[in-house]
Amino acid sequence: MGSGKVRFNDPQIEMAHGAGGKASRRLIEGLLVPILFDGCSEPLGDAAHLQLDGIQLAITTDSFVVKPLSFPGGSIGELAVNGTVNDLAVSGARAEALAVTYVLEAGLPTAVLEAEAQAMARAAKRAGVGIVAGDTKVVEHGKADQMYVTTCGIGRLIAGVAVAPRSVRPGDKIILSGPIGEHGITILLARGELDLEAELWSDTRSVLPLVEALAQAAGPGIRWMRDPTRGGVATSLNELARDCGLGVHLDEESIPVRDTVRGACELLGLDPLHIANEGQFLAVVAPEFAEAGLEALRRTPGGHEARTLGEMREQPAATVIVNTRYGGSRVVDMLVGDPLPRIC
Amino acid sequence: MCLAIPGKIIELFPESHRTALVDVSGVRRRVDLGLLEEDKPVAGDWVLIHVGFALSKISEEDALDQMRILRLLGEDKAAMEEVKGYGLGEEPEGGKQKSETGRKRTT
Amino acid sequence: MRFVDEFRDPEVIGRTAEEIRRLADPGRHYRIMEVCGGHTHAIYRFGLKDVLPPNLELVHGPGCPVCVLPMGRIDDGLSMAENPEVIFAAFGDMMRVPGTKGSPLEYKARGMDVRIVYSPADALKLAENNPDRQVMFFAIGFETTAPSTALTLMRAKALGLRNFSVFCNHVTIIPAIRAILDSPDTRIDAFIGPGHVSTIIGCRPYEWIAKDEGKPIVISGFEPLDLLQSIVMLLHQLKQGEAKVENQYKRVVPWEGNRSALGAMAEVFALRPYFEWRGLGFISQSALRLRETFAQWDAEQRFSVPGVRVTDPKAAQCGEVLKGVLKPAQCKLFGGECTPEHPVGALMVSSEGSCAAHYNYEHRKNGVASGLG
Repeated sequence: MGSGKVRFNDPQIEMAHGAGGKASRRLIEGLLVPILFDGCSEPLGDAAHLQLDGIQLAITTDSFVVKPLSFPGGSIGELAVNGTVNDLAVSGARAEALAVTYVLEAGLPTAVLEAEAQAMARAAKRAGVGIVAGDTKVVEHGKADQMYVTTCGIGRLIAGVAVAPRSVRPGDKIILSGPIGEHGITILLARGELDLEAELWSDTRSVLPLVEALAQAAGPGIRWMRDPTRGGVATSLNELARDCGLGVHLDEESIPVRDTVRGACELLGLDPLHIANEGQFLAVVAPEFAEAGLEALRRTPGGHEARTLGEMREQPAATVIVNTRYGGSRVVDMLVGDPLPRIC
Repeated sequence: MCLAIPGKIIELFPESHRTALVDVSGVRRRVDLGLLEEDKPVAGDWVLIHVGFALSKISEEDALDQMRILRLLGEDKAAMEEVKGYGLGEEPEGGKQKSETGRKRTT
Repeated sequence: MRFVDEFRDPEVIGRTAEEIRRLADPGRHYRIMEVCGGHTHAIYRFGLKDVLPPNLELVHGPGCPVCVLPMGRIDDGLSMAENPEVIFAAFGDMMRVPGTKGSPLEYKARGMDVRIVYSPADALKLAENNPDRQVMFFAIGFETTAPSTALTLMRAKALGLRNFSVFCNHVTIIPAIRAILDSPDTRIDAFIGPGHVSTIIGCRPYEWIAKDEGKPIVISGFEPLDLLQSIVMLLHQLKQGEAKVENQYKRVVPWEGNRSALGAMAEVFALRPYFEWRGLGFISQSALRLRETFAQWDAEQRFSVPGVRVTDPKAAQCGEVLKGVLKPAQCKLFGGECTPEHPVGALMVSSEGSCAAHYNYEHRKNGVASGLG
């Protein structure tokens, strides 16, 4: 179980270290965690849970670096709010308050900043969370891609939910809230380099209502949750597999993917499992609670496309496998860096 | 090598006779038809797309044929004889095969 | 998706696999080579090995244009990127391939202008939109891709564009197959022929494989049913003791090839007398260069390049894996020193290289956790 001793030997930081895949994990677990997280031996979750004077709190932080700033379905502001609310939600907590930092590039049009601030205010209201503190810095032109946004959120634990990879058992079901790949492909297309057009938009939203619905119907059975952002479902499930040492088995036909996302992925040689999502979450639920949990999600607004993807098994250990209906299978690994279009 | 995907021609661009708007499952891109000079496709045709160029027209008839042959596999021996009779992959002689100039029929 | 989903029908796949198991002679061990990296990728992606009988072995051939590109050529291309005037444009496949001083993505992170393009036409557009910069397109690929580069160069010439050039690393498939068959350790019974290369060159160029070498070859599509049907056709030939070229991918591959495309290639490209293939060594008449009439758009003439040959460490057994003598996992470096994250040899640098494909899709099926690589 667990990953064993991870070492970070790279002489300098490369782009791959920020992509959420293998290189990122090496940086975080090999360099930063040992230094910063004193005596930490737990697998890393989406948020940290603390006890302060008997009150259980969750705290998390995330930074948002996206190009273009604005895209179909949202902008960096919404990502910043929803992203942190979602990290808290999948750790089993309800976001109560956010603090925001802006690092702004000199030369950024005020209208752009204003639009992002408005977007954040709207997203916070929709998510039922208050923005209570903030900071702003301005750096020279060229030192920040227009703007970087960081949010830090605190929240209260949702009663009856305790997620931990070590509680996952063979036979547990894997549930996904909705179709994958919409955010990552939207961003890829919005960059304009590939000259592709499609009716597609980011799925950015707060998943808290869905998590709460799942908690109500299946609380005691929820073993693990994660929001599959950068690196996609493949990365999140590989992290799970590695943290609990079991095999993750997915049925290829159960994986929900919109036609346009599928078309773009086929065209560019990408796997939807590796593409970022900003409005979905994965849950591993004990089999006796899984059906009720799935039903509850489907009845909740925004959850009608929730599916059971598969289940946990003993073998192969620490590995994610996709099984086809005709008896074929393939291992799905974490990528090293961001998925790149290919022509070969 | 060679990631190439089937796409449907939605629109030809008259000002640039060599490009067309092609749709792949709802994703659209301008595709260069310059490699299909000898067999110019029209709107509604399906083409094979690679690096933004159409390499070939897709023959719906051949595709249906192939599926028909495949579905017969595993059926009784009489059907197997019929399959052999289709002349899978023999050199062009006319009929279902391509003509010498590589012309394809599509619906 | 039309012309895709039908060929992924699970029920028909199941029955075709059964047919393969029925046809395969249990007393015989079949070694079938699929030449094309795209086929290698498809086989792994669709888990096709799982439905084949154990006595039918698929051997992965050299048809991965990224894999066979020597590191020295990557260094040459990247040396052009070091020029601040230059916009280095290449397909996504090239972006993580390491040169001596790093990969294109790493050069980009260090501040050089490196861009991913989906099409050579997009690289041309970059040149049109950035008249004060020099756009250098790093061209790779077999005959599938070369015609598109050719058309793009013809267009650049027609436009009189002075700020566009191509670094040509196009290679041809037949010499590679010949090199495999010429090697004394090769034991291949039959070939699955490259489907998309054949849309350009047609089926005739493979006739010597059947006639002179006595090996059956079936030109195959890329969907699961295409590959499985091709194997059925090969097994039929092997059973009858036949050896001929068959076209399974008829819906797309014309027997005579694409004359327009071949014409464009002939107008723009000439054959290099020889070219080095990583893992296979020097092969004569196996790669393309720009003709004199297109010298103005030839990056190798516009820029001076180091032209230094970089050899792989002796321990890397890419050559043997390419010829099917060794399986990826049998190379001593596989999974240890050589992984997709830090590739040592040719077959790990691209996701369709047989070692990378095996590493990504297969080797942990037995539950051996690879950790963080």
